[in-house]
Amino acid sequence: MRHIISILLENEPGALSRVVGLFAQRGYNIETLTVAPTEDATLSRLTMTTHGDDRKIEQITKQLNKLIEVVKLVDLSEGQHIERELMLIKVKAVGAQRAEIKRTADIFRGQIVDVSPNVYTIQLTGATDKLEAFIEAIGPGSVLETVRTGVSGISRGEKILSL
Amino acid sequence: MELLSGGEMLVRALHEAGVEYIYGYPGGSLLHVYDALYRQSAVKHVLVRHEQAAAHMADGYARATGKPGVVMVTSGPGATNTITGIATAFTDSIPMVIISGQVMSHLVGDDAFQETDMLGVSRPVVKHSFSVRRPEEIPELVAKAFYIASTGRPGPVLIDIPKDMTMPNERYEYAYPKKVKLRSYTPPQRGHSGQIKKAVELLLKAKRPVIYSGGGVVIDGSSDKLRALVDRLNFPCTSTLMGLGAYPGTADRFLGMLGMHGTYEANMVMHHSDVILAVGARFDDRVTNATSKFCPDAKIIHIDIDPSSISKTITADVPIVGPVGTVLDEMMALLDEAGEVPDADAISAWWKQINEWRPRHGMRFDKNENGLMKPQEVIEAMWAATNGDAYVTSDVGQHQMFAAQYYKFDKPNRWINSGGLGTMGFGFPAAMGIKLNFPDHHVVCVTGEGSIQMNIQEMSTCLQYGIPVKILCLNNGSLGMVRQWQDMNYEGRHSHSYMESLPDFVKLAEAYGHVGIQVKTRDELPQALEDALVKYKDRLVFLDVAVDPEEHVYPMQVPQGSMRDMWLSKTERT
Ligand SMILES: Cc1cc2nc3c(=O)[nH]c(=O)nc-3n(C[C@H](O)[C@H](O)[C@H](O)COP(=O)(O)OP(=O)(O)OC[C@H]3O[C@@H](n4cnc5c(N)ncnc54)[C@H](O)[C@@H]3O)c2cc1C
Ligand SMILES: Cc1ncc(C[n+]2csc(CCOP(=O)(O)OP(=O)(O)O)c2C)c(N)n1
Ligand SMILES: [Mg+2]
Repeated sequence: MRHIISILLENEPGALSRVVGLFAQRGYNIETLTVAPTEDATLSRLTMTTHGDDRKIEQITKQLNKLIEVVKLVDLSEGQHIERELMLIKVKAVGAQRAEIKRTADIFRGQIVDVSPNVYTIQLTGATDKLEAFIEAIGPGSVLETVRTGVSGISRGEKILSL
Repeated sequence: MELLSGGEMLVRALHEAGVEYIYGYPGGSLLHVYDALYRQSAVKHVLVRHEQAAAHMADGYARATGKPGVVMVTSGPGATNTITGIATAFTDSIPMVIISGQVMSHLVGDDAFQETDMLGVSRPVVKHSFSVRRPEEIPELVAKAFYIASTGRPGPVLIDIPKDMTMPNERYEYAYPKKVKLRSYTPPQRGHSGQIKKAVELLLKAKRPVIYSGGGVVIDGSSDKLRALVDRLNFPCTSTLMGLGAYPGTADRFLGMLGMHGTYEANMVMHHSDVILAVGARFDDRVTNATSKFCPDAKIIHIDIDPSSISKTITADVPIVGPVGTVLDEMMALLDEAGEVPDADAISAWWKQINEWRPRHGMRFDKNENGLMKPQEVIEAMWAATNGDAYVTSDVGQHQMFAAQYYKFDKPNRWINSGGLGTMGFGFPAAMGIKLNFPDHHVVCVTGEGSIQMNIQEMSTCLQYGIPVKILCLNNGSLGMVRQWQDMNYEGRHSHSYMESLPDFVKLAEAYGHVGIQVKTRDELPQALEDALVKYKDRLVFLDVAVDPEEHVYPMQVPQGSMRDMWLSKTERT
C-alpha cells in the first residue's frame, strides 16, 4: 500500500542525508520526496511517499523515529488528509491543438503560464492521480517535458503536526 | 570565565565527560589537539598501532564498564581505518565517542589532502554524528555526544572537527553544559503499565515458559533483576551470545546459550514453549533459524528499549518498550501485589521434561586420547585456571563458539565478543582496553591463528604501556569456522580456508618483547596456563596451543529449519 509519511525535521545540515541514507541502506524505496523550511526556521517539513506492507511501513517509521533529528513523524495515510502535487508541463501546441489543449487545461483547472509559437507550459496542482489523468488526456505523444514537486500532505481537521 | 582554544576545550570537555583514556593516533588535522593533550595530565592517551585497534580498545572498555569508550583519529585514512571498529560497536549497541580530525573548513569539498567525508562514510554505522562549525560549540557537542552514545539504545557517536576549529591562538569562553537536552531525543524511561500487567498475567498462566535473555540485560546493568525474576518464577532461562553472564552460567535454571550453536536443551525448550519472555534480545537470525517455523506454540512478550527491535523479525504478542530494569521492577511489584504463583504442577512437569532433554547432548565432545587436544578442553582448562572469573574476550570463529559454550560466565560484562558484526581482529585490542582499566583482573583473549593476525601489531602497544593481557590462541592451522561450513556444505573442498606459513608465534611474541609459550600436548597445558597467569602475571603471554583442525562446533542448527532442528555431531541429527 502507498503511504504518505510526514516529518518535522531539525533544519540542520546533514539531517536530510540521514533520512535519505536510511532508505537506501535498508532497501526501502522513496517514490516522492519534498522538503522545505517551516514557519519555524529551526524546523523543516518533509513529505515522502513510499510503498510497503504493514510490517515494512512499521519498520520504516520506527527507524525514521530513531534518527536524532526527526522531531515528529506521522503516517498521513492512516487518517483523513489532503495531498497535493504541483506539475509544470510543456506540451506541443500547434494549429488546432492549441484550443484543444487550452480547453483540457481549463477542465483540470490548470493554468497556461508560458506561451510560445509551438509550446504551452501549463501549471497544474492536485493529487497524484489527477496529474496523471491530465497527462493521459493530453496524450503522451504531445508531452515534451514534465517536472513535478512530489507530494505534499497535511491532515484534515484539527489535527496538527507541530512541536 | 576561562578562555581556551578549541583544542583545549575538546580535551577539557572530554575530561569533564569522565574520560580517563583516549585510544588514538595523531595526524596533521589533529596536531593542535594533540598539543593540548600534551600540556595536561587528566586525560591519558594510548597510542595504538592501527586505528581499527583504537576503536576495538574503546569498545572493550565500554563493554566491560558500560561507559562510552573514546577514540581519536586524524582525517582521511586515520578516520576510515576506524570504520570496522565503529560498525562493530554499532551492531552490538555499544556506547562510543569518536573524534575525527578534518581538513580546514575552507578546504572541505576541495578534495584536499587527507580529506574524506567522514560524516558520510560513517553515517550507516553511527547512532549520530556532529560536525563542529564554531569552536565555541565544542563543549556542548561533546556533552551531547556522550549523552546520546550512552542513553537509550547505546551506540557510537562521531564528532568531526575541522582543524581550524582547534587553533591554539584563538580563544573562547569555556563552559561545559550541566545538563543536556535534545527536543527530538527522549529515550523511554519505563514501559507501558498496561502491557506489563498483561505480560505478568501471561507469565502466571504459562505451562511451558522460558526466559530468553539478551545483550540488553547486560547493557542495562540489570542482571540482578533478571536473576531475581527467573528464580522467583522458577522458569528456565536461556541467553543469546551477547547476554551470557547476565544469568549465572553455572546455575541450575540456566539452559546455556540458544540459537545456531546453542545447547540442545535451550533450543528444544524454546521450540516447545508456550510463553517466551524476551528481555533485551532482538530475535537475530542466528537465534531464530527460519522465522516461519519459529516456536509455533509460543506467545511472545518482548521487552526492548528500541521499538524497532520489536516485531522486526518475529511478531510480539505483548510488546513492551522500555529499559529492562524499570520494566522488571514493575513486573516484580505486580507479582508481589497479586501474590499469585505460576502453575506449580505444570512448571514441575516442564522441568522434568527439560531434565530429560539435558543429557541428550550435554555438551559432550570426544577427546583424542593420543592425538591433538580438542579446543573445548582448552577452554575448560582455562575456566578452571581462572576460577571462572576472568574477563574473556574473543575473536571470531570456532574458538569464539567454544569459549561461549564452555566458559561458564557467572557475571555480566565478563564475556566480550563481536556478535552482530563478527569482526575478526576484535578480541586482542578489546582485551587491552579492559586490562588497562582492570589491572588486577585476569583478561584473556581467546583467539585463532587467523583472527589474531588481523591486529597482531598491537603487541607493540602492549609493550609501550605495559598491558599484560593473555592471548590464548587455539591454533588449528585453518580458518576453522569457514572450513566447518565447507565440510558440511561443500563436500570438504577447503577453498582458501587454510593458511600456509604461519609465523612462529612464540618468537613473534618475544620479538615484541613479550613471553611466548607453545603448547602441543594435554600434559603441557596446566603448567602453561599457570605460568601465564602466575609466573608471568605482569607480562603479556602468547599461548600458542595446537588443537585438532578436524573439530566442528556442535550443536548446530540445520539451515532453514526450526529451532529444534540440529546437528549434534558429524553424524547425528535431531
Ligand atoms: C560465528 C558466530 C556465531 C553466532 N552464533 C550465535 C548463536 O548460536 N546464538 C546466539 O544467540 N548468537 C549467535 N551469534 C551472535 C548473533 O549474531 C547476534 O549478535 C546475537 O544473537 C544478538 O544478541 P541479542 O539478541 O542479545 O542482541 P544484542 O545485539 O545484544 O542487542 C541488544 C538488544 O537489547 C536492546 N537494549 C539495549 N539496551 C537496552 C535496555 N537498556 N533495555 C532494554 N533493551 C535494551 C537493544 O535495543 C537490542 O534490541 C553468533 C555470532 C557469530 C559471529
Ligand atoms: C574481518 C573478517 N573477515 C572474515 C570473516 C569470516 N570468518 C568468520 S570465522 C573465520 C575463520 C576464523 O579463523 P580463526 O581465527 O583461525 O578461528 P577458528 O575458526 O579457526 O577458530 C572467517 C574467515 C570475519 N568474520 N571477519
Ligand atoms: Mg583457526
